[in-house]
Amino acid sequence: MNYTFDFAPVVSAWPMLLQGVLGTLRMSSLSMVFGLSLGIVFMLMRMSKQAGMRAIAIGYIEMIRNTPILVQVFFVFFGMPAIGIRLSGEQAAILAMTLNCAAYAAEIVRGGVQSIRPGQIEAGRALGLQTRDIYRFIVLRPAIRAVYPALCSQFILLMLNSSLVSSVSAEELTYFAQTLDLQTFRSFEIYLTLGVIYLLLSQFFSIALGVIGRVYFSYPAK
Amino acid sequence: MIRQFGLGEFVFLLEGARWTIVLSLLAFTVGGALGLAVALRRTSKWKMLRFIMAIYIQMFQGTPLLVQLFFVYFGLPLLGFKVDVWVALTIGLSLHTSAFLGEIWRGSIQAVPAGQNEAAQALGIGYVHRMVDVVLPQAFRIGLPATISFLVNLIKGTALAALLGLTELTRSGQLMANITFQPLQVYGAGSAHLFLHLPTPDLLQCTDRTASPRRAVIKNT
Repeated sequence: MNYTFDFAPVVSAWPMLLQGVLGTLRMSSLSMVFGLSLGIVFMLMRMSKQAGMRAIAIGYIEMIRNTPILVQVFFVFFGMPAIGIRLSGEQAAILAMTLNCAAYAAEIVRGGVQSIRPGQIEAGRALGLQTRDIYRFIVLRPAIRAVYPALCSQFILLMLNSSLVSSVSAEELTYFAQTLDLQTFRSFEIYLTLGVIYLLLSQFFSIALGVIGRVYFSYPAK
Repeated sequence: MIRQFGLGEFVFLLEGARWTIVLSLLAFTVGGALGLAVALRRTSKWKMLRFIMAIYIQMFQGTPLLVQLFFVYFGLPLLGFKVDVWVALTIGLSLHTSAFLGEIWRGSIQAVPAGQNEAAQALGIGYVHRMVDVVLPQAFRIGLPATISFLVNLIKGTALAALLGLTELTRSGQLMANITFQPLQVYGAGSAHLFLHLPTPDLLQCTDRTASPRRAVIKNT
């Protein structure tokens, strides 16, 4: 192996990589928030009494869970202009990741909701809580607490998958790494560094999400 | 001239699907074998071995598959190996698979009741037979659902081959979208992936059904 490693071009391009990290953080955190919210809507539809609603939700969830996220990103970015919706790379990326995350979040949260015993809801009703409050405090919050670890790993997976949206020119970490690769041709060093940065990012997300979980779900022992 | 998105174009997509299937099978076979090795090292007696494998798994679970594939694709030539795209992809996907399956199977090996292992030890059965005849068959049933859902993920992961230039399902979709200027229909048809995945839940139920009677026998005797 006669190859001299040269990390200098990678190190000197740190402002570009930092911009990439910020892009990845921004897009993935937005998609996580939107995805969870939309996922809860789909979860409610999936558990609704009306068969039509259920069918729509099941169809959507199966559609998303059984196609690659790359195809979904392409569909949003290249396919949707055909029906008159033209999005920038970043908007398309956030939309595609949100749609993707929603399907997974819906299934995960549904698992949590099913673990709530009916007695809890009856107790809430006996205490005279409104339906909205029952859903919010007795069903949803404990349900999300129960499945929080699974939700976190799904979120981290989403962050890792955000590397794919570089293919539709959304400006995140992999996009900048590829640009740098074309400028300097130090492929090996660049992708090694990229791997390390993603490793750090996933550690960061797992710690940050853990802290959020501990703060938000620390009841009733507070 | 702009072509219409017709039957011929759809068949082109299906030809791309062939690569998707071949890559998935190769990665699952090679990655599965490696994954078993990872799982056994992860549950071994030696702390050092467990530690090294934990790092190995963390490396693959903490970085995107795309970066791993790029790394193998650009890294191998530096080591002096000139390989085709599909070889690089097979190696990258296999390593990825080995880490994930290793972790799944570690969980299922540890989920087998400790009494089984201890009983086998008490009967004087050696490590190899203890694993092959006692622990692994039970772990296999426990880990089956997770393994199949990872398989679904793997098939979807092969879509990334498109970004390295292999003409599999997604790449042939891109080509068709460029030729026909009808990306909506093409990527809609890209849901051909869906048909590759629909059988997997059935497979799951089927294997579950064949696996359950044996479990019942174990419980009764």
